Amino acid sequence: MSAEQSPKIVIVDESPVRAAILEEGLREAGFTQVVHISEMQSLLARIYSVDPDIILIDLENPSRDVLEAMFQVSRAVRRPIAMFVDQSDSASIQASVEAGVSAYIVDGLKKERIKPILDLCVSRFNAFAKLQEELERTKSQLEDRKVIERAKGILMKMKGLNEDEAYVLLRSTAMREKKKIGEIAQSIITASEMLK
Amino acid sequence: MTGPLRIGFIPLVDAAALIVAVDKGFTSAEGLDVTLVREVSWSNVRDKLNIGLFDAAHLLAPVAIASSLGLGHVKVPIAAPFNLGINGNAITVSPALHAALMEEIEGGDRFDPMVTAKALARVVTKRKRAGAEPLTFGMTFPFSTHNYQLRFWMAAAGVDPDEDVRLVVLPPPYMVDSLASGHVDAFCVGAPWNSVAVDLGIGHILHFVSDILVRAAEKVLAVRQIWADKNPETVAALVRAAVKAAEFIEQPENRAEAARILAQPERIGVDAEVIQRTLDGRLKISPDGALRESGRYLLVGREEAGCPDPVQAAWLYAQMVRWGQTALSPEALKTAMGVFRPDLYDAAVGRSGQSGQAAGGSFSAFTGPAFNPADVAGYLASFEVARRGR
Repeated sequence: MSAEQSPKIVIVDESPVRAAILEEGLREAGFTQVVHISEMQSLLARIYSVDPDIILIDLENPSRDVLEAMFQVSRAVRRPIAMFVDQSDSASIQASVEAGVSAYIVDGLKKERIKPILDLCVSRFNAFAKLQEELERTKSQLEDRKVIERAKGILMKMKGLNEDEAYVLLRSTAMREKKKIGEIAQSIITASEMLK
Repeated sequence: MTGPLRIGFIPLVDAAALIVAVDKGFTSAEGLDVTLVREVSWSNVRDKLNIGLFDAAHLLAPVAIASSLGLGHVKVPIAAPFNLGINGNAITVSPALHAALMEEIEGGDRFDPMVTAKALARVVTKRKRAGAEPLTFGMTFPFSTHNYQLRFWMAAAGVDPDEDVRLVVLPPPYMVDSLASGHVDAFCVGAPWNSVAVDLGIGHILHFVSDILVRAAEKVLAVRQIWADKNPETVAALVRAAVKAAEFIEQPENRAEAARILAQPERIGVDAEVIQRTLDGRLKISPDGALRESGRYLLVGREEAGCPDPVQAAWLYAQMVRWGQTALSPEALKTAMGVFRPDLYDAAVGRSGQSGQAAGGSFSAFTGPAFNPADVAGYLASFEVARRGR
């Protein structure tokens, strides 16, 4: 950061993990004044008390409408404006909306100083989304593995197969039916429970 | 024809014609491939429509006008070729405020908004004298019918909505919690949230908004003006599908099916029974189970509800002027009226020259002079409480 004082940034996000990722990124980039607000009930009071230059909020946060209202009537916060007021850089606006970040910027903050913050947030939001996706995938893989193990056990017992044969039967059935092995395994478990 | 369409909506009963059009196959019958995207806030719907992530959206009628005028946000001209609903909101108050109001009514008609507004004025005065905090009213957005309906009602009895009470924006899903926790004393919101509060025993429906304004445009199907110009056939097909869906919903024998479609977790996600109450205009208004029925609670397709009426747009613009959101200008009035497009509606359904004047032309409220879009200044001058010229 230059000698100019670092802008005060508020992150409004109910996800502590994403907020932490954002906060860390902003601090690494030299923005020293970053505050995270996760409590939506007293949102306005907390924003007034911080008096930020920039508010970053998750697009999926219903409290965005509350922020917009605040900006129209607020005397305490100095006439903030939404990022979209400056339409000159529509590509970066689109990128941030697609990533899921919305920024509200207090009037008077220079555009050159907003851009790096927004860019950083977009990449951090995207990184978070990727992380979530990986977590989901790992979870479902783990779940699949458990289901396949149980289905194999059922096949081995009922059809007198060994483990490899049971797996081959599952896989070939899945291929024939154009389904995932996990789905076939699940239906075997369901069927065997019904036949109990 | 354009490719696949993405349309944003907020989970509210007045998105009914849009949701049923897609889920009942009226859009695909028109050759459209539509994906509905559920959203959480009006700012989000507006922004995604503005930058083209959505091709169309379920939008608050005043937001479509504000967007076209560049009020509060970026200026993006919007066209509304279909009106998704007339009325549909209600004012719900906490049991404590309800009791205080009823005490002040003293035998007057509790469904008469002038009677309740005067009672509210007395409650407000008493609280002031006692040094109590001002009453807080929740509504959904600065540019919303809910905001204007609350203001219109209370100002009729001299309650200044900016000085005597607090009006705050709350996301609809937070309304009920906020009433329960005492964060707000009352709110104005669309279905199903009023019924949810009544069912939980924490609210009384004080008014249907149709008590205040006989006929008020609520939500529109909004598209960008530029997009509408480039895709006239798609716009027409969308309108036709919405018209068919609205007709379907308005048949009493279809209500249960429509309510089931809307109740799906990925659509509105509340009990079908609660949704059907709204569609039937037969609502439980107090925790003791008292029912109230109105043929005007929510109009989806009947009485020409689907055809956008520029007089409605003019009235909404007049409210923006009355409450200091913008200054009165003939050009802005013209722009506002131009957002509502009965011509596109007429072209889509294959009729000409009716221009939405058929049923929607007149506009009336429980008080104040008749509204005439040719004399907005004269109309506004008749109201004592206002924020003009800010």
